[in-house]
Amino acid sequence: MKYLLENPDVVAQRFSEHLALTLTALSIAVLIALPLGLLIARTPSLRGPVLGVLGIIYTIPSLSLLVLLIPLMGLGFWPAVTALVAYAQIILVRNVLIGLTGVEPAVSEAARGMGMSAWQRLVRVELPLALPLIIAGVRVAALAIIGIGTIAAYINAGGLGRLLFEGVTTGNPQKIVAGALAVSALAVGVNLLLWLAERRAARAAYGT
Amino acid sequence: MSAIVVEQLVKRFPGEQRPAVDGVSFEVQAGELVVLLGPSGCGKTTLLKMINRLYEPDEGRLLINGQDARSLPATQLRRSIGYVIQAAGLFPHMRVEENIAVVPRLLGWDRARIDARVDELLELVGLPPAYRRRYPRQLSGGEQQRIGLARALAADPAIMLMDEPFGAIDAITRTRLQEELLAIQRRLRKTILFVTHDVEEALRLADRLLVMRAGRLVQYGPPLAIMAAPADSFVQELLGTEDLLRRLSLVPVRDALQRQAGPPRADGAEPSVSVGIDDDLRAALGQLLRAAGDTLAVEDRDGRVVGRLSFEDLRAAVAPDRAAVPEGQPGPPAA
Repeated sequence: MKYLLENPDVVAQRFSEHLALTLTALSIAVLIALPLGLLIARTPSLRGPVLGVLGIIYTIPSLSLLVLLIPLMGLGFWPAVTALVAYAQIILVRNVLIGLTGVEPAVSEAARGMGMSAWQRLVRVELPLALPLIIAGVRVAALAIIGIGTIAAYINAGGLGRLLFEGVTTGNPQKIVAGALAVSALAVGVNLLLWLAERRAARAAYGT
Repeated sequence: MSAIVVEQLVKRFPGEQRPAVDGVSFEVQAGELVVLLGPSGCGKTTLLKMINRLYEPDEGRLLINGQDARSLPATQLRRSIGYVIQAAGLFPHMRVEENIAVVPRLLGWDRARIDARVDELLELVGLPPAYRRRYPRQLSGGEQQRIGLARALAADPAIMLMDEPFGAIDAITRTRLQEELLAIQRRLRKTILFVTHDVEEALRLADRLLVMRAGRLVQYGPPLAIMAAPADSFVQELLGTEDLLRRLSLVPVRDALQRQAGPPRADGAEPSVSVGIDDDLRAALGQLLRAAGDTLAVEDRDGRVVGRLSFEDLRAAVAPDRAAVPEGQPGPPAA
């Protein structure tokens, strides 16, 4: 606690770096996962291959993936974002898929039978009904990104991981405690916000 | 001009031995309620879904109001045809008013017009205006199906397709919904194709019955004509044509009265029981069995006695050689 109280500006700086890393990675990840999830929801034959590849990426240890990216992208913020986006895909794409394919057949058929175009069905019916599951995926992915994001400090991406690494190398447990507390606070806060959004979407989708 | 003309429609699904619909032809006149009846897997739902092009036929031709169904984009065709499915298929995230407004919104109606239409339809299907703001989850199965019907009627389509709409509803509510559908149909005179596997429902609703088996049309005609002259043993068994009570239920008291030979009988004691002229002969039989004598009085809507019926009249109404069947009516019609 001592370090945290004496250096609030440093901790705040790392905190905002971590937040920027998380939000950047999460936004890009969602932008990729939505169309990808939609694609495999519409094309069942692609589900196995796509989820398989994404699953394999998820099993690569995070430190190895970051190091593997160094020859390609060097050090810093963007290689870290790249790795985090890759990790989040399996979680996001899977939830988009389950959300879209989970729409009751009678409901999709009614939408089709009433003359909605494919786009209208997606926007007016399928996405609103899939939204609770999609947001649940975003929440879990955000927590994974925040956690793995600490390791990104190892390749100079900044963030709260720096406090942890520096604490270890300089033998300063106070610094480790400060970093750990800040990461936890970030995770708990993001979790809460997205959980509220998820609950709201669920209420809208189930009509209560 | 027929509202719907189906010519030699064929639909095959990959991996299946025989076509789901195998060369079916028939015509439906505007304002008729045609019930597609048959056991599960006979192709009746597939046939229905080809009408609004949820399935595209592999062969054959389909004319809607004289126009080839393929001349329009499928979405545009579907917006002009009401569609009601089993379990209603209401959109759970939309309030009742939004559900009803789906097609009008697709057609670009303005808000005031949609609002007025929602009020009108809720009244038509017998639900209070307060239901506008409810979600489907907050409605009973019967109420959901009423909204499903209102939603299909929203843009006032001339043609309605109904796919086992009352299949998942308890018997009492189902009977009431059937009666209300008939009442609505008397007012609106839509051209309706109604799929069911429930024979009682089919006989109660149909102006014409289209019996299917294994993808083929077996018989097409008015229920009474089919009951009197089933095309084969399959139709006979499916409809229970031997069931005289069932046949009695298809004959209105009015018709039996008109068929009486000679002047109205006025002999004998005043009947102790009566039946309404709009009832069917099954109800008349019930009253007769309760009566002291062997005739009963027929009353019009104002309660005036307009005639008498006896057991003899009932027997004549279901006699096998009855002349009530129009010439050449049984059997599939020529295309």
